[in-house]
Amino acid sequence: MASGRRDFLNWFLGSAFGTLVLWILYPVTRFLGTPSVPESTAVQVEAGATNDQAFQKTGFKIVRFGEDPVIVLRVNEGDFRAFSATCTHLDCIVEYQRDKARIWCNCHNGMYDLSGQVVSGPPPRPLQPYKVDLVARGSGQPRMVVVSKA
Amino acid sequence: MTTETDGKVLRWLDERVPASALRDFFRHKTVPSHRYSIFYYLGGMTLFFFAVQVATGILLMLYYRPSTEEAFESVEFIMTTVPFGWLIRSVHSWSANLMVFFAVLHLSTVFFTKAYRRPRELTWITGCIMFFLVLAFGFSGYLLPWNELAFFATKVGTDIASAVPWIGDALERFLRGGDRVSGATLSRFYGWHVAILPALATVLLAVHLLLVQVQGMDTPPSRREEASRRRPIRFFPDFALRDLFGWTLALAVIATMAALFPWELGEKADAFAPAPPDIRPEWYFVFLFETLKLIPGGTVAGLEYEAIPILIAMLGAVGLVLVPFFDGDPARKWRSRLLSGVGVAVLIYAVGMTAWGYRSPVPIYVVAGLVGLLAVLAWASGNRHSP
Repeated sequence: MASGRRDFLNWFLGSAFGTLVLWILYPVTRFLGTPSVPESTAVQVEAGATNDQAFQKTGFKIVRFGEDPVIVLRVNEGDFRAFSATCTHLDCIVEYQRDKARIWCNCHNGMYDLSGQVVSGPPPRPLQPYKVDLVARGSGQPRMVVVSKA
Repeated sequence: MTTETDGKVLRWLDERVPASALRDFFRHKTVPSHRYSIFYYLGGMTLFFFAVQVATGILLMLYYRPSTEEAFESVEFIMTTVPFGWLIRSVHSWSANLMVFFAVLHLSTVFFTKAYRRPRELTWITGCIMFFLVLAFGFSGYLLPWNELAFFATKVGTDIASAVPWIGDALERFLRGGDRVSGATLSRFYGWHVAILPALATVLLAVHLLLVQVQGMDTPPSRREEASRRRPIRFFPDFALRDLFGWTLALAVIATMAALFPWELGEKADAFAPAPPDIRPEWYFVFLFETLKLIPGGTVAGLEYEAIPILIAMLGAVGLVLVPFFDGDPARKWRSRLLSGVGVAVLIYAVGMTAWGYRSPVPIYVVAGLVGLLAVLAWASGNRHSP
């Protein structure tokens, strides 16, 4: 009889302690996990005029599209292209090598062509393309480079 | 008079804590004397650098502000305006690197002298976990100045976590505090760096040191005959004073390095700028960083190629912790040799890839010089006249 009571108490206290641990662990685990924040609702951004200093000097510009970096390339006077600037390998920000006509990731030497396709190095996927429109702003004014989701 | 006072103090303490027992323990404690006795100082040296980290880290906390708007500026303020701020931060950075270096050295000597065998398995396991904590300290602390090198190293480092099968994405979000490296990552890393990791390290360190004191130092199998012929070193005061000498020397080295080569701050991180040229992580992650450069894009069985070296490294880390259970029996010599061979191969690979990453033979010279120095010291110690 005494043994039965002891077993019951052991079981009861053990379960109570286990429940207590779960009570503590559950909110702590949920707290450490990261709450989901709604993605940016940006649909288009202006990357600057076609004669923007950055385009003239380096041939590219990185603009903020919501929370994401987007690289806008000036391939020639009327040909502008845009891709996600985040390398598909390990998340570094890419840049444009105008002399080699390549998009390059400095971190692990990943190389993409001007269509965003992987040419060499470790990136597993092409860069995500964005749509580019050159919008006229009035006579004598350079056109505006407008980037939107493809 | 002094002895009388000592006696009174001891009696007073004895009524409250077992002070006499502790004093007797340290009075009778000895350390084996043989040609590899020099290795026994490496753990203490790592501990010393940890103490320097704690002291300088607390001082830096008084000025550091963990936000993307203020982190870089606050470190700049420490470096340029706070009296001796440049010294405290440089000592913190140099000491951090030396702590990692000595932790690697300590772990290597314990590994190659087989000091992890029964009954020291727990000492090894706590030591290995502390080694991983030291790396985590380095990784989390690297981001805190919020400069561009640190920003991109953290982007790459946390993205590596996403390669872990099944839980990778959740792990990456957990580390970053969101989808991107941002202010949330900075405050999270700060919390890890100044609270969670130190708390874990302190507990593990206490267990590790307790085990070392209870079990004493291990004598490598090849030196047991020599150690039995020589008189052991008294822990107090002989060994402790040598430890103290080494620590004083280490402090002088850190101060010199901090004065001659203050730690750079670089440029403030910009999440919308290309990765800077010559980007690379801290030296102890360079071999992994370079390995990732060599892996081409592609998938196999749903697993990206880049995940393969990362998984191998993770399995290696688990394997390292479990070493005593693979090579626990001295009679199985082939296992012991195999493990030593694997250890040598890993070290050669890591040093070689680090040298490749820096496009410089200096890492090879450093390791070769160090091995040479330890060999000379061991030789000199072995040829010392035995008392």
